[in-house]
Amino acid sequence: MKVIIGLEIHCQLNTDTKLFCGCSTDYRDDPPNTHVCPVCLALPGALPRLNTKAVEYALRVAKALNLEVAEECEFSRKNYFYPDLPKGYQITQYDRPLAERGVVEIEADDGTPKEVRITRIHLEEDPGRLVHRSGRDRAGYSLVDYNRSGIPLIEIVTEPDLRSPKEARRFLNKLRNTLEYLEVFDGEREGAIRVDANISLVGHNRVECKNISSYKGVEKALTFEITRQKNQIARGHEITRETRHFNEGRGITMSSRSKEEETDYRYFPEPDLRPLRVRDWLDDITLPELPDARKARFVAQYGISHNHARTLTGDMKLANFYEKVAGDDPVLAATWVADTLLGELNYRDMKIDRVPPAHFADLLALVRVDAITDRSGVDALRTMLDEGAAGEEMELPSAVVDRFGLRKAAGDEFDEVAAQVVEAHPDAVADYHNGKGGALNFLVGQAMRETRGRADARDLGRRIKELLENKEA
Amino acid sequence: MAGTFHFDAEDRSNAFITRVESATFGDGRLAGIPLAVKDNISTRGMQTTCGSRILEGYIPPYDAHVVELLREEGAAIVGKTNLDEFGMGTTTENSGFGPTTNPHDPARVPGGSSGGSAAAVAAGMVPMALGTDTGGSIRCPAAFCGIVGLKPTYGRVSRYGLIAYSNSLEQIGPMGRSVADVGTLMEVICRHDARDSTSYDRGYAHAPSGEIRGMTIGIPAEYFGEGVDPAVAECVRDAIATLESAGAIVEECSIPSMEYALAAYYVTCTSEASSNLARFDGVRYGPGVGTKRSWHDEFQEFRGEHFGREVQRRVMLGTFALSAGYYGKYYAKAQVAKENVRRDFLRVLKSVDVIAGPTMPTIAFRFGEKSDPLSMYLSDVLTVPANLAGVPAISVPCGRVEGMPVGLQIIGQHFADEVVVDVAFAFEQEGPA
Repeated sequence: MKVIIGLEIHCQLNTDTKLFCGCSTDYRDDPPNTHVCPVCLALPGALPRLNTKAVEYALRVAKALNLEVAEECEFSRKNYFYPDLPKGYQITQYDRPLAERGVVEIEADDGTPKEVRITRIHLEEDPGRLVHRSGRDRAGYSLVDYNRSGIPLIEIVTEPDLRSPKEARRFLNKLRNTLEYLEVFDGEREGAIRVDANISLVGHNRVECKNISSYKGVEKALTFEITRQKNQIARGHEITRETRHFNEGRGITMSSRSKEEETDYRYFPEPDLRPLRVRDWLDDITLPELPDARKARFVAQYGISHNHARTLTGDMKLANFYEKVAGDDPVLAATWVADTLLGELNYRDMKIDRVPPAHFADLLALVRVDAITDRSGVDALRTMLDEGAAGEEMELPSAVVDRFGLRKAAGDEFDEVAAQVVEAHPDAVADYHNGKGGALNFLVGQAMRETRGRADARDLGRRIKELLENKEA
Repeated sequence: MAGTFHFDAEDRSNAFITRVESATFGDGRLAGIPLAVKDNISTRGMQTTCGSRILEGYIPPYDAHVVELLREEGAAIVGKTNLDEFGMGTTTENSGFGPTTNPHDPARVPGGSSGGSAAAVAAGMVPMALGTDTGGSIRCPAAFCGIVGLKPTYGRVSRYGLIAYSNSLEQIGPMGRSVADVGTLMEVICRHDARDSTSYDRGYAHAPSGEIRGMTIGIPAEYFGEGVDPAVAECVRDAIATLESAGAIVEECSIPSMEYALAAYYVTCTSEASSNLARFDGVRYGPGVGTKRSWHDEFQEFRGEHFGREVQRRVMLGTFALSAGYYGKYYAKAQVAKENVRRDFLRVLKSVDVIAGPTMPTIAFRFGEKSDPLSMYLSDVLTVPANLAGVPAISVPCGRVEGMPVGLQIIGQHFADEVVVDVAFAFEQEGPA
């Protein structure tokens, strides 16, 4: 059964100040109601004053997603009562949004390129936040924190062009990545992105899932909804057209009994702000290199594989990191960053910005001049990352290598180990001469164990074979 | 120069909601001058109620832009004056703190909604006061109380700190005993403020001039039509004749869109008010909430209990006008009508320098005289057009009918506040006191 998905994505813009006042947006580690003023508290008489930086950021996004920017856009009031909404209305954009009709290219489930149409992008303010105490501390009241009140948001609305939860996830990853390249968004901030998803099975009613606040959550919520809707249909029930809320903790969607479809927001133009001639600003907006362009450049400039380029440019910080360590051997660097480092970071739940590029370049240099084996390289990397994860200062990999004596066994030591192993295992030597191929591998394994991985297996194999051949002679 | 002003004037008219016994003041053009501020303008540290019980006890932590400017010039702010709740009225009877009476006749209203400011000036308690004018709220009480009141060009005075009733129409303006005082106060409060996105950077520095020779004055037929008391009309015609004898050229003209002005005005102001007043939910300011209920029940009851009847009526009217299915019929049409009024004024004001007529169709009403809301709304017919058009308008006393003051209204082009002040000044020099 064909699945139809459209998304409404709210992203917090990372401007220094709020959308309509000078309060700082950097509130996450601070006590409640400390980043507030008459404007964002909606004290009587206070007026909104538009933060032009937020408009500039939104225009960057509109340009990057190929939208048509309006000649003139306008703010409107969306009226509804809720305690986290201090004015009793949200300043947003309604019938004259900032930009309309854009397109984003992603990979479809079958790997082919696919275009997702963007309906519109508009600017609006975030409401405050309600704090409910639950469980044992459950109180007979809720608290309101207005630190978030007035944080600039862009709402991005897609056409119903997505066909699976995985596609939706890929779209969001692409979007997030693009917004980060534009330096208008910090996806790591808690609550920085919130998604409402419209989902239906062809021929059936549409359901809106609200309140999804993570990338994984979107995929989970959609997967749950598809299963739920298919089951309903299989049982002969029609799908109710409704709004459902996603419960992140339980991974399910629940019908919200509120009569939201009956809400009348009584939109009208915000009389405290003038219409905005945004088209005129557009010429001053220049875009940085975006993910697709950077990917193409990585392949061309560094000669790395398409897959590595995609992985590396799929996260701006990772791509920046890669370009710092690519050095003389960008192919080697790509393999180590994309295949090894990423896995080690994920395992430790660490972010790339915790890794000093100079440390990693030091490791790559050791590998490149063949001073250590790949295995020793991984060991040194793990030691360094473990130190970082434990909050200690990270050692340079070359220091780790020296401390543990991980430099490649070479010269006398190398020859000695090979000779010892041959000496110690006469049975294996005999097997070798009797044509048992496994015997050489066994001897190499023993030698590797002796050197604790410090020797290159191929070199050891060659040396042991030499010894064995000489022995026979 | 700086010092303390002791304010001991007796308030026989209930002009003040809040008053101080002594006010400190600094140096400047207004040093030591006692000034009253309408109670819908935020004053740091001084209760600001908007004439509503819903804001009783609310003490703003910040000053409105105009109040900052008054303090910078050394004014002694002696109190906050009474008004129709949130500015919604033409008599100051709709105040949560009791009505203000007219100093000329305590059986009559002072006009509204800036009735407290007008009465305080007329009674001699203060020489000047700030009012606000959404549909005539400065000019009406100025006319009824026999003082001068200016509604500036929309955008000329910052609204930052003015508790909004109808954002797209209202302006803060000066009220005083003389045109010169009103001009002085205008010079102080007319200063650009980036916090109000609708304010223009057009300062006011102007000494009034009585020279009006050769100036053209348009007299719209609509300002002397049905509903205008003939005695008031005659008084105003005499005043216009005085201007003519001082050298002005008088021309008949017409503003046909005035027919729709009242409807456009009431739909616009109630729509905006329904949204502006949503913030009064009892969460952050106003009287404390006693019993614990769900928030949804609580805020509804809170609003029902603390908003007055006229406020509730206008909030409901505005909510209706903005509702899905009615927006096009009411709000959108009102905006078209508003634009038509603006264009009509622009057209007429291309061929004449100012428009003149009565400020109010009658003299001050007796208390209770306008008991049904509609007849009250009708009395705003001559003042609301200037708000819809956004143009400056001044009311200057021009005589008496039945012993009560009558106001001459002079309306000018956008940003020609100086011109309407000059014409008023010329009349003040020539006309009867």
